[in-house]
Amino acid sequence: MQDPDVVIIGGGPAGLSAARRLAELGIRNVTVLEREAEAGGVPRHCGHLGFGWQSHRRIWSGPHFAAAMRRSVEGLDIRTGTSVLQIGEDGVLRIRDRSGLGEIAARRIMIATGTRETPRAPRFAGGSRPQGVMTTGALQQHVYLQGFRPFKAPVIVGTEWVSFSAILTCRHLGIRPVAMIEAQARTSAPWPGGPIARLIYGVPVLLNSRILEIRGKQQVEAVAIQSDGQRRELACDGVIFTGQFVPERAVFAEGPTIFTAGNVNAPLKTSGQCWHEGRAVAENIARSLA
Amino acid sequence: MRNDFDIAVIGGGVVGLAILRRFAMSGLRCVLLERGADILSGASKGNSALLHTGFDAPTGSLELACMQAGYEEYLAIRDRLNLPLLESAALVVAWTEEELAQLPEIVAKAHRNGVRDVEQIGRGALRRREPHLSEAALGAALVPREHIIDPWSAPLAYAHQALAHGAEIRRNSEVTSGAYDGESWQLATAAGNLRARVTVNAAGNFGDLVEAIARPSPFTITPRRGQFVVFDKPAATLAKAIILPVPTERTKGVVLFRTIFGNLAIGPTAEDVDERDVAACDQPTLERLRARAIEMVPELSGIGVTAIYAGLRPASERKDYIIEALPTQNWITVGGIRSTGLTAALGIARHVAKLYEETIDSLPKAPDPIWTPVPNLAEHLPRPYMDGGEVVCHCELVTRQEIQAALSGALPAGDMNGLKRRTRATMGRCQGFYCSANVAAMYREAVDARS
Ligand SMILES: Cc1cc2nc3c(=O)[nH]c(=O)nc-3n(C[C@H](O)[C@H](O)[C@H](O)COP(=O)(O)OP(=O)(O)OC[C@H]3O[C@@H](n4cnc5c(N)ncnc54)[C@H](O)[C@@H]3O)c2cc1C
Ligand SMILES: Cc1cc2nc3c(=O)[nH]c(=O)nc-3n(C[C@H](O)[C@H](O)[C@H](O)COP(=O)(O)OP(=O)(O)OC[C@H]3O[C@@H](n4cnc5c(N)ncnc54)[C@H](O)[C@@H]3O)c2cc1C
Repeated sequence: MQDPDVVIIGGGPAGLSAARRLAELGIRNVTVLEREAEAGGVPRHCGHLGFGWQSHRRIWSGPHFAAAMRRSVEGLDIRTGTSVLQIGEDGVLRIRDRSGLGEIAARRIMIATGTRETPRAPRFAGGSRPQGVMTTGALQQHVYLQGFRPFKAPVIVGTEWVSFSAILTCRHLGIRPVAMIEAQARTSAPWPGGPIARLIYGVPVLLNSRILEIRGKQQVEAVAIQSDGQRRELACDGVIFTGQFVPERAVFAEGPTIFTAGNVNAPLKTSGQCWHEGRAVAENIARSLA
Repeated sequence: MRNDFDIAVIGGGVVGLAILRRFAMSGLRCVLLERGADILSGASKGNSALLHTGFDAPTGSLELACMQAGYEEYLAIRDRLNLPLLESAALVVAWTEEELAQLPEIVAKAHRNGVRDVEQIGRGALRRREPHLSEAALGAALVPREHIIDPWSAPLAYAHQALAHGAEIRRNSEVTSGAYDGESWQLATAAGNLRARVTVNAAGNFGDLVEAIARPSPFTITPRRGQFVVFDKPAATLAKAIILPVPTERTKGVVLFRTIFGNLAIGPTAEDVDERDVAACDQPTLERLRARAIEMVPELSGIGVTAIYAGLRPASERKDYIIEALPTQNWITVGGIRSTGLTAALGIARHVAKLYEETIDSLPKAPDPIWTPVPNLAEHLPRPYMDGGEVVCHCELVTRQEIQAALSGALPAGDMNGLKRRTRATMGRCQGFYCSANVAAMYREAVDARS
């Protein structure tokens, strides 16, 4: 089999829009490698509205957006269940798929592996290790993809945009967050983040507050927080660590034939911006191949 | 359900499991009673997973004898049980002139302990071995046979081998009381009563409480907590050997070591705590550990943290292990196995079997051993994802088949933590951002199918 012209690592908004754009530009020998069973990236599990406007002038849920993106690349070479393990010094990708290990080389590589939230451990949030501690992304998959309710009354750590996505996700299954806590003196998401949380969703926002300790044996039972200099306890049965995005760069390399697009490039962007960036980078790749 | 046994072992930690294995392989009818939802839910859940030579153990101690016997048996059986070994060696590194002056005595003690290949190496040789170590390192004692193993697959393999030899393992079965009638023990557990001719107390951090079933406990357990910080996988190239400190009067100090799973970790601290059950971490200690790791290997400052954890050492007021038989009561005490039990477990089990023969009864003729290889989780050896299938946990490359296997068979995971220990699913750098819901769904499916 002939090497493809372009291999795209990651089938989220950035990777899929790039594949589509390359095809439009006449570069059809393109392969997308996606490790999940289905392409679409993070929007696959963002079950609430908030997708599609910047790309399609529609207001969709994440899964709807992901399905639209998948339709737009029908007929292209999208290989799911395929993980890239390493980008070799020689530029050859070490991969593994359902049949085992393999290699794939290409004239151009695009890295579009996205971003993930910082979980509990690297934040050094102390205490015991009960069930019920997760990131927003994990919560969304529990709630929207599996229909699981991992807790009933969690604390939300952080006040970024994604923290509000956590509130929406909770509401979907009747989970009622006890509080949002924010280490800074103001919410990270621009105004009116705080008032929206409080007034519309009834979730109190505790500023100047950080988590000291998680308690509980089987399931979370409480968190100890430092709030305005005072130590206090909040009874809860879960903790959602939101945001503090870090690029997913388990495989990463730099070089003249290697391009990146989407949220693997910080800072965080919306899915629509990633979709546009994928197209723009695809155009650069097409030019570099001409 | 059969309810009378030759041997009841209280405690499903690495020590209890190794003892269960030894007696089951000797042809006795054995049961193990564990209070947790799964085995390895006590001290054996969180350790450094170093296979010790005993070079620095108290000379002439029972601990040293058990460690060395355990070390040898581990090497002898590991191929047949598919247990990994990462041959890292260890370096006791001197960071000050005073520490440097102590190295000759460390080497001399190692030799006294029979670990004769330990030698002192100079600054240049140390740099060649460990080029990423801080310039501040002045020299080291090299311990060539100090190695790294998998803290969970080893005891899991002992459990499976015991099961293959007819033993039973009962979880959610806390022993609450017992009475000896001159012939056998009647033990009451959270899941019903049973009879056993001989009872072995291997209850770890609850050892003194369980001991009180037989007699006023001659020892008291004060759990000694150890916290750890685990760095992301790129860190594993930065320290080849286990980097040990020169011990001081006050503390053994923290160790920088690779894990069998391909990470680099620092720990453990040593803090006396009241809590026997829950090992908690705290932020200031974790910050200090991370800072200490960066002092030792400056390049670690650029590498993220994957995990934090803590373990509780079953420490008693005595320095040595407490292993005794009470022949008039058919009771064997195995207590205070503080900080070397992973290494020593197989040796402890041999010692316990010998005590049994000397003071209680002869052992029947042993049947041919049945070998029960366990799945490999070590990063440096072949893993199932390489042969295809569906990967569920991307960071640790765990396949659906591996997870399903851990949820079925002779000793299915008893809880989510047990599943993690058997497969590593969700234990990588994303800590479940991508896969925890899929793993939770598989867990539920298996539990539903069983009930
Ligand atoms: C919880 C959450 C809520 C959000 N809510 C919104 C919202 O409401 N509205 C909005 O516009 N945006 C939202 N976002 C942001 C948006 O989802 C992302 O910006 C967008 O998905 C990023 O696109 P991407 O293509 O860069 O990466 P991703 O969508 O993350 O896609 C990356 C893909 O790469 C694959 N991959 C990674 N590594 C490998 C590898 N080694 N081999 C093969 N494949 C690999 C992954 O499986 C994934 O499918 C949210 C994000 C999160 C985490
Ligand atoms: C931080 C740390 C680092 C360590 N590093 C190393 C190392 O590098 N190398 C090494 O060789 N060793 C190491 N160790 C030591 C090793 O982990 C311990 O010695 C070993 O795990 C002790 O095992 P155990 O079976 O005696 O106790 P445990 O593992 O605690 O097992 C006892 C079991 O008994 C159960 N139990 C208690 N009460 C009852 C009851 N009433 N009924 C039923 N069940 C009960 C408990 O739930 C528990 O599962 C370390 C330990 C710690 C904590």
